Amino acid sequence: MSTRSFLAVLAVLAVIGLLAFGLLNKGATKIAVGDPVPDKTLPTLPGPGEKSIADYRGDWVLVNLWASWCVPCRQEAPILEDFYKRNRDRHTTVVGINVQDNEDDALAFLREHPTGYPQLRSVGNERSKAFGSTGVPENFLVDPKGRLALIWRGPVDDEFLAAEVEPLIEGKQ
Amino acid sequence: MRRVVLSLGLCLALVAPAAGLAAAQPAPQTTVNAIEGEVMCPVCGTLLELADSPQARREKVFVAGLVAEGKSKSEVKDALVAQYGKEVLATPEASGFDLTAYLVPILAILIAAVALAYSVVRWRRGSGRDGQSAKGKPAQAPRGEDAERLEADLSRYDL
Repeated sequence: MSTRSFLAVLAVLAVIGLLAFGLLNKGATKIAVGDPVPDKTLPTLPGPGEKSIADYRGDWVLVNLWASWCVPCRQEAPILEDFYKRNRDRHTTVVGINVQDNEDDALAFLREHPTGYPQLRSVGNERSKAFGSTGVPENFLVDPKGRLALIWRGPVDDEFLAAEVEPLIEGKQ
Repeated sequence: MRRVVLSLGLCLALVAPAAGLAAAQPAPQTTVNAIEGEVMCPVCGTLLELADSPQARREKVFVAGLVAEGKSKSEVKDALVAQYGKEVLATPEASGFDLTAYLVPILAILIAAVALAYSVVRWRRGSGRDGQSAKGKPAQAPRGEDAERLEADLSRYDL
């Protein structure tokens, strides 16, 4: 192979490598049941303070990704609050993570839909990417060891919680 | 005279609160349109000015509020990054991997310019050697059968 051909091949490989790196950097993380939950210490909403999902290790945690502008999130909020109240004495909690939102709108949402369970705030898409999320709301049940037990990419309702989440918590599945 | 003084006093009493209100509201340093053309709706993946999703509508309200507060364009952008993350900026950052967005086109243009200049020089050298082969040797006159054929063709066409 001549020097010129070698340089041409090298240039093409460099461009392909650059494109691949860019795509990998932009791509969402893939997570599956059994994986450790993607976790990070986040500011609480409202502040001040910081918490992470790991702070609830030993309990079942239903992680709920939401945004104030999301209509299904509004419908889901009271259902999640009821679920939390019903199960909080059974080593179970809900952790809300506000994503793709601005803080004032998120706080206004929480004044409209007060929650007894903790709320955390993630700036921009960062946590959405970590959870491989494609939208809001999305829900993830985390077992007491910090592993994903259920992934539900959409809003939950009472039927879903009773049929899919509560049996896992009660150890019936 | 008393009536004039009273009228002036009344006018002042009416104008003063409005002037005070105007002084309390800072003059806008930028426009909503100027910002919306330079930032993204992170959920939609398009410029904010082209987006009409629920998230984009809330982001537009947020921008309008900051513009009304008299914030400059860079202050509004900083506030947007603090709330929505770096993805909200339509232009890549000039650091980290995003720097390649600026460097790669410049490098590509430089490489193309060098390649073009090299090709032009070679082409001009080649065309400047009429009667010579590409390797710089004089072109050889046809011999034998080729020479006879050439002669026959030339005479046939009366050249």
